[in-house]
Amino acid sequence: MKLDVAKIAKLANLPLTPEEKKKFSEQLEETVEYISHLDEIDTENVPPTDHVTGLENVTREDSTSVSLSQTKALENAKTTERGFFKVKAVLQDSI
Amino acid sequence: MNLHQLTITQAKEGLQAKKFSSIELTKACLNRIKQTDKTLNVFITLTEKEALNQARQADDKLAKGEDLALLGIPVAIKDNFSTRDIRTTAASKLLNAYIPPYDATVITKLKDAGMVMLGKTNLDAWAHGSSTETSDFGPSKNPWDPNRLPGGSSGGSAATVAANQAIYAIGSETAGSIRQPASWCGIVGLKPTYGRVSRYGVIAMASSLDSPGPMTKTVADSALVLQVLAGKDPKDATTAPETVEEYTKDLTTTIAGMTIGFSDEYFDGVSEEVKETVLAALKTYEKLGAKVKKISLMAPTYSIAVYTIIQRAEVSSNLARYDGIRFGHDRSFFGQEAKRRIMLGTYTLSAGYFDAYYKKALKVRTKIIADFNSAFKDVDVILAPTAPTTALPVGASLDQAMFGELADMLVEPSSIAGLPGINVPAGFSKENLPIGVQLIGPQFAEKKLIHAAYHFEQATDFHKQKPTL
Repeated sequence: MKLDVAKIAKLANLPLTPEEKKKFSEQLEETVEYISHLDEIDTENVPPTDHVTGLENVTREDSTSVSLSQTKALENAKTTERGFFKVKAVLQDSI
Repeated sequence: MNLHQLTITQAKEGLQAKKFSSIELTKACLNRIKQTDKTLNVFITLTEKEALNQARQADDKLAKGEDLALLGIPVAIKDNFSTRDIRTTAASKLLNAYIPPYDATVITKLKDAGMVMLGKTNLDAWAHGSSTETSDFGPSKNPWDPNRLPGGSSGGSAATVAANQAIYAIGSETAGSIRQPASWCGIVGLKPTYGRVSRYGVIAMASSLDSPGPMTKTVADSALVLQVLAGKDPKDATTAPETVEEYTKDLTTTIAGMTIGFSDEYFDGVSEEVKETVLAALKTYEKLGAKVKKISLMAPTYSIAVYTIIQRAEVSSNLARYDGIRFGHDRSFFGQEAKRRIMLGTYTLSAGYFDAYYKKALKVRTKIIADFNSAFKDVDVILAPTAPTTALPVGASLDQAMFGELADMLVEPSSIAGLPGINVPAGFSKENLPIGVQLIGPQFAEKKLIHAAYHFEQATDFHKQKPTL
């Protein structure tokens, strides 16, 4: 099976070098082959378990409590502006 | 005996009896770290100043007669637990300058119990691995032989306890990351039931599996620390409401009549020396009056595939948050292992493959849980090797995409089922490397595991042997 490494990297938003693309392509195919062994196990009518201790609908009171201050919450950001995280433009004016 | 060699239980007695102060105990540990850490590379961040401050405060409290569970006892913390105002890296360059503005719940609980934090220990970057070799801060070394690996991902925490740098340490396990390094370094490592200890503030790896736990010199110490850590946390909705038992109580009550199970499926691919150690441990249990019963479990090899799928998928989702905007650097700072895991997880979760891989793995997980449930109808706990081999040489894991999964093969099934497990030192190889055995119990059976492990420990002296450094 051939994996589309460039497409996966785009989905994962990972910058990869051409060497990494080549290396990962080989290693991922190896791993995918390994995990495909699960086909040997019959799981017809078996429900999936995503949470092992069986908790359901854990809720809490809808009340406010003291949290991080704005200054604290922003102190690890590389760029901020007027108390906000500053990000690169996502939408651009169409000209 | 020097102060840094003490167990928690011994250190507590000495502090309460005013034989020494927390400052003296802390300085003994810091000196030991200075003497040995060039060789071992355990600490990513040493917090000497903060430790001495906390020790001074502990001494004040001791003078006033306060009695907290871990008051004045020096601990080393795996560097994937968020610590307020102290750098937390997850051993990744991406977070090399990250100073969390809050504490993980585990840290809050330890602070409330009077801890003295020596520093933050090395791990595989993002806890992805079983060697500490994928750390962006260089590998840690095994105190029993510095040419060998301590295991991982909590390799720094295991090595620091084995080398007597810290009185105890905190680790986290997703599948093997407490038990396997504990086995390779010859210490006690307890992985609690999923949801028994809060994950809040632990840098997330695989959220349906991550379990923080104690790494200690003795089983009694493990019980003491778990008592502090366990319990429901409103900040982690997956923590369990089940009552926390008194782990340190009734330790000495006989285990006669307890049934210990073992399964031949857990001997496949295991070295002869490790196998002999497990068989000898079963004999020890028989001498202690326990019944030993052969059972049959699903082959652990299937768990490798299940774990690989679940872990990579949850990693790709959890690591999506690192965009370099709110904290940390951008995604080009991920190391090779993280990139490889994000890629596989993204693939198995992508359109058209979700059912074939992720959903299939969750279905097999249901079967693994059922398999254990039926075994626990016949036995109280299961005894098995922790790792297939003793500590491997430095370099063994490099560029091996499945290294961790093979090293952790024997701990993956129980992790996938959310079960608790404890590694206990059980022997030494011809090369004088520690060999560990694990006990696995039903969900929330930590007390039973601690009880069974305690009696094995008391009947043997493997935990008393220390590396020469």
